[in-house]
Amino acid sequence: MTELQRPDVGLETAQAPLRDAEALTTEERTQFQMIITRFLRHKVAVASLVAFILIVLFAFVGPLVWKYDHNIYRDIPSDQPPSWDHPFGTTRAGQDVMGQVMRGTQQTLKVGFVVALLTTGIGATWGAIAGFYRGRVDAVMMRIVDVIIVIPILVVVLVLAGFTRGTTWFSVALIIGLFGWTSTARVVRGMVLSLREQEFVEASRAMGAGDGRIIFRHLLPNTAGVIIVDATLVIASAILVEAALSFLGFGIQIPDTSLGLLIQNAQTAVFTRPWLFYIPGFFVIFIVLTINFIGDGLRDALDPRQQMVRR
Amino acid sequence: MTTAPGVTTTKVEPIIRARKLVKHFPVRSKGFFRRHIGDVHAVCSVSLDLMPGRTMGLVGESGCGKSTTARLLLNLIRADSGSVVYEGQDLTKMSRRELQPVRRDLQIVFQDPFASLDPRMTVTNLIAEPLQIHGLWDKGGRERVRELLQIVGLNPEHGNRYPHEFSGGQRQRIGVARALALNPRFIVLDEPVSALDVSIQAGVLNLLENLQDELDLSYLFVSHDLSVVRHIAHDISVMYLGRIVEAGSSSQVFNAPSHPYTQALISAIPLPDPRKERSRRRIVLEGDVPSPVNPPSGCRFRTRCPKFANELTDQERQRCIEEIPRLIDRNGIGHRTACHYAEAVTMIETQTT
Repeated sequence: MTELQRPDVGLETAQAPLRDAEALTTEERTQFQMIITRFLRHKVAVASLVAFILIVLFAFVGPLVWKYDHNIYRDIPSDQPPSWDHPFGTTRAGQDVMGQVMRGTQQTLKVGFVVALLTTGIGATWGAIAGFYRGRVDAVMMRIVDVIIVIPILVVVLVLAGFTRGTTWFSVALIIGLFGWTSTARVVRGMVLSLREQEFVEASRAMGAGDGRIIFRHLLPNTAGVIIVDATLVIASAILVEAALSFLGFGIQIPDTSLGLLIQNAQTAVFTRPWLFYIPGFFVIFIVLTINFIGDGLRDALDPRQQMVRR
Repeated sequence: MTTAPGVTTTKVEPIIRARKLVKHFPVRSKGFFRRHIGDVHAVCSVSLDLMPGRTMGLVGESGCGKSTTARLLLNLIRADSGSVVYEGQDLTKMSRRELQPVRRDLQIVFQDPFASLDPRMTVTNLIAEPLQIHGLWDKGGRERVRELLQIVGLNPEHGNRYPHEFSGGQRQRIGVARALALNPRFIVLDEPVSALDVSIQAGVLNLLENLQDELDLSYLFVSHDLSVVRHIAHDISVMYLGRIVEAGSSSQVFNAPSHPYTQALISAIPLPDPRKERSRRRIVLEGDVPSPVNPPSGCRFRTRCPKFANELTDQERQRCIEEIPRLIDRNGIGHRTACHYAEAVTMIETQTT
């Protein structure tokens, strides 16, 4: 137990030895502090957060430091396996793969982040409103969800690509986000349907709370666990969808690049030039994994019912 | 009919006057069309007068409409018909917006202290919520929350804890603190101690009584536990299947129960003296409560009434079947009974509590 309390070691030594849980919790702590403490207790999540921060630094600070970017340069030898000059090797056309991966990770992270924000924002609100009002409102809103589910995203991208010349990372993220929130909405609606019957909702109505307050202060916070897990899954699938769109030429356009695009381009080179395929592949898996673990830790940290002491 | 039980001598105006409240819940068929196939007669023509500074006990078995009545009084459920008059306004006719200011004066404490507190909110936030809703948080809300925690006997330092970290009794105290936050005049206590240990019940009950004395509150105390009601209530109304069958002051109802149903209920209170317990008359009711979808005609209690089954002649029974007994004050002392053949019986020796 002592080992687990490491985050507040300073406090402990200042006061009398805190043995039992009672003495531990009597000191006033803010909600934020408690969330941090609980998150720090989740070792894998903390490790993932560190790894994720390193990836972010690699993607956003890396290009400022590293001598090559993702473009083609004449002085870069083609088809080189990893070496000191080019740690991730080079492409046939004469690009530094490390420069490409940096740029690709950057674009992929941006897409994933925007998609996560959009899907959780739209999906959670939509689902909560549908579940809260039930009846006709619910029926109409969920039928809209059904319609959006059956619209093939490719068609929309095609149409959009016709209007705007080429697509940037932002428009890709926007499209994936605007079509990807349906699963979040359904999950949140389901939870809200059961939550709204709870007595604490009636209690807050008895106090005179309006619908908005009940939805955003009571119902949505209680679905936080589901929303976070859903968001991590959405980020993972957004990265893959973006890769698929890029492969078809409707996502991020060459010469700009993304991890998905790099992998798709290297599909034929898996055996001959494995560094082209495995390095960006490893980055995708690593990003998705760390986000999942961070989400796990966040979910536990945000749930006050979690045991204060973990086994 | 308009005089409240037990207060006939004084001319105090009731704080809340409920008249002929009716609530039917539709029963729908399964399947796509969900046809309306019947109604649960939850509350039928219930009238209550709640006097300032007094506790009205609302007693009855599970499913008889006690909680529905309580919610109708606060307009948490819309009544089908009837009126709830508070300060000259009929709450049942008001919109949610109009009700908002009235909500300050009328509060509720729920039965289940585990379900009625949002598990994601800290105690401070929970108690602060009514203050925030009514725009009082900026005017010393934090101090008010600490004060409230102190009033209900909790440590103000515990404001940052979550409800799950408290015991049942402590949680119920949080619920009481939340109800008190806006300085209400009337609180509905919906079985506030039913979910608690017997040892904890006394603590919460005493707290409620002390608060009533200090803050001059009126309570509607909903419960199925007669000994608890006897302890806390000044006036008592007994409900059976959506109707009030007997109403009067606590001593009237307990010492001279006149409705067979009340008599049966009181005969089931355990007595602390084993000798008395063995020798007393026990009325055991036969069968189950009839379905509220299709309640019996006339007197709703007749299907289980020992008097109906054993004492009445066929002619007398006919009246029970055909005529709905009205709740009338038979001997002019404010003790009202809804039974055609009401007669007071002493069930337990008068022992003042």
